[in-house]
Amino acid sequence: MGAFLTDSLGKLSQVLVAIAIFSIVLLAIFGIAGRAKGKYQNKIAQIIFFGPAAFLLLVGLVVPAIQTIIFSFKDPDSVNFVGFANYKWMLIDPNIKTVMLNTILWILVVPLITTGIGLLLAVMLDRLKRESIPKSLIFMPMAISFVGASIIWKFVYDYAKDGYPQTGLLSNIVSLFGGTPQNWMLVKPLNTFLLMIIFIWVQTGFAMVILSAAIKAVPSDIVEASALDGASGWKLFKNITFPMVRGTFIVVLATMVVGALKLFDIVRTMTGGNFGTNVLANEMYSQVFVQFDQGKGSALAVALFISVSPILIYNIIHLRRERAQR
Amino acid sequence: MFKSKKGALAIGAVAVSLVATMLTTVSASAAVNCDPYSGYKKMKGKTVTVFTSILEPELTTMKTAMKDFVACTGIKVKIEGSNQFEALLPVRVKGGNAPDLAFLPQPGLLVKMVATGKVVAPPAGTVANVNKYWSKSWKDLGTVKGKFYAAPLGSNMKSLVWYSPKQFKAAGYTVPKTWDEMTTLADKMAADGKIAFCGGLGSGGATGWPATDWVEQIVLREYGAKVYNDWVSHKVKFSDPKIKAAMQKVAGWMQNPKWVGNVKGIATTTFQDAGKGIPTGKCMMLQQASFYGNILGAEGATISSTGDAFAFYLPATNSKVSVPVVGGGEFTTAFAKRPEVQQVQNYLSSATFATSRVQLDHWVSANSGVPLAAYKDPIDRLAAEYLSNSKSTFGFDASDLMPAAVGAGAEWKEFTAWFGEGKSIDDVTKAIDAAWPAS
Repeated sequence: MGAFLTDSLGKLSQVLVAIAIFSIVLLAIFGIAGRAKGKYQNKIAQIIFFGPAAFLLLVGLVVPAIQTIIFSFKDPDSVNFVGFANYKWMLIDPNIKTVMLNTILWILVVPLITTGIGLLLAVMLDRLKRESIPKSLIFMPMAISFVGASIIWKFVYDYAKDGYPQTGLLSNIVSLFGGTPQNWMLVKPLNTFLLMIIFIWVQTGFAMVILSAAIKAVPSDIVEASALDGASGWKLFKNITFPMVRGTFIVVLATMVVGALKLFDIVRTMTGGNFGTNVLANEMYSQVFVQFDQGKGSALAVALFISVSPILIYNIIHLRRERAQR
Repeated sequence: MFKSKKGALAIGAVAVSLVATMLTTVSASAAVNCDPYSGYKKMKGKTVTVFTSILEPELTTMKTAMKDFVACTGIKVKIEGSNQFEALLPVRVKGGNAPDLAFLPQPGLLVKMVATGKVVAPPAGTVANVNKYWSKSWKDLGTVKGKFYAAPLGSNMKSLVWYSPKQFKAAGYTVPKTWDEMTTLADKMAADGKIAFCGGLGSGGATGWPATDWVEQIVLREYGAKVYNDWVSHKVKFSDPKIKAAMQKVAGWMQNPKWVGNVKGIATTTFQDAGKGIPTGKCMMLQQASFYGNILGAEGATISSTGDAFAFYLPATNSKVSVPVVGGGEFTTAFAKRPEVQQVQNYLSSATFATSRVQLDHWVSANSGVPLAAYKDPIDRLAAEYLSNSKSTFGFDASDLMPAAVGAGAEWKEFTAWFGEGKSIDDVTKAIDAAWPAS
């Protein structure tokens, strides 16, 4: 314990010294930049503000991305080039077909449901008495990691075999309505949807909070004016509220699509990718870190990257258009 | 499957994707007998870092075993255990942040590490120890392309069947000595309304490995070392009639609903939970490696030949194969050539270390310099008895020796589908053969 303490104290003081040096350097740079006058002033300011970010982006994002693309054309140990072999494998392998189908299913189902329920809750809870209480409760799962949430839901989906009493909530609910408890994680394709519920449970709160903020930002004079014109309920939502929050809705939807594409933790914790529930990110991790096949893993990463890009591009275009309108 | 699993149990399956890393330091203590360490130089203030898949509480036991060496030589040994060892080690080695020593739980990983060019050959003292105390088959496992790199450290025995002596006594069952006795006993248990065999394949991202063990047991038992090793090197394919027949035999054993109850449930039961019903008689027998005693012990079961749980040797199936034993082990691999690192290597390969380690608890060494009487744990003594038996046919865990794409990939996945989804043996073997790397 003593060794641990001195060890941590040593590390802590190192960190503090590093931060101090960093701050001094930064202050010096800003000081010099502040003194720069005349025609260079703008350029220097640009370099100082953009430079570090550009450097970190380059080292942390651009270089690894290029490296991954190169790796995807190489063998498992990234030594020899193998051409398109890894991509060919991706297209032919029956397991990868399941992986791709599941990933597409995740993208199609999860974002729409999560954002949809989020919007529904945001509208329903808006201007309710003590709306912060139900909102906090719904938002709470957001504080739990996917792994933590998966472990909780493992108990919900638990199945006891060989005639032992069922402890799983789902099995008990099913029995209550006269059904037979099943080994839920083995029932295809239901198991994939059961995993999706975990994602939805965690993320709905996030969608609700963002959309709720957007709804609150709708100017009340517009709402009042439309009320005077006789709009209420569904009409008000369809013609006023939704068009006003459409931008936010799309951003949340896009975030959920990206989240569903990158999804890894739930599948890994619940089924390890077995029983036909595997998804792209989990297969990528397994290839690189379990089977040590850098090539195939990188090819999957590139596939993931390419599928995320259109959504990000759309998001950026959309944001720009909105900005231009203002 | 590999020894790293053994460490993971202590923590439980919970930490699937959490990187649980523990850092501990072996610190010196006073008043020890330094005579056994007179051959080692004093090197006060030097530190050797060790990276391993061994986790708490075994990490502490490891430190305790090394305490005297540390006190007498002054070398600080910093042991770091991680349940993501196999993923992190290649990253650390490639990133220039390699530990001085690593305990590799499988020879396949050693081949990968040697390929990076960062592995340092052991000093003469270590080579002499290995020649003196270990059989050639063990030395061969630490050899890559004719060059010896890694000394064996611990080993484990997988050819055990866990049972409850108390439950057996209460029901009037006796421990079977032959395969036929075992099947007869299982039938008897089934007739008594009991579940004869427990089983579980769940292990997070490594789900399926217990099934690879079962198939390995039968392949070695039916055909002996030659076919077993040819199977490992893919000279004998999975779709070979021999392997398929062995899998049929496994299906008649661990997929026999009469004996195991719900077959598909085996795929979703974690291997840790699988045998927890043994002490209470919920299920009667579990084929699992020697480390399983730690799990049962943690549940409060007393492990002894008259207690809540104990193990017997999984009987041979073919009289032509003498004392078949499937097992595993880890290998001390060096990434640095400093004298203090080499001293630690020499020490870890000595009978002094092995003896001091087995005296504590749960550890088996195939080091012949360790007297059987030194073993504290009766299961370990049982395992050491078979591992050091000169008549035994030893097979190193095949899935650990096969390329990772198969041994840590297709085999796990396909065997899980075999149990959980009822995939046919033909389809399973075809898929595994297809996943075997071309080169």
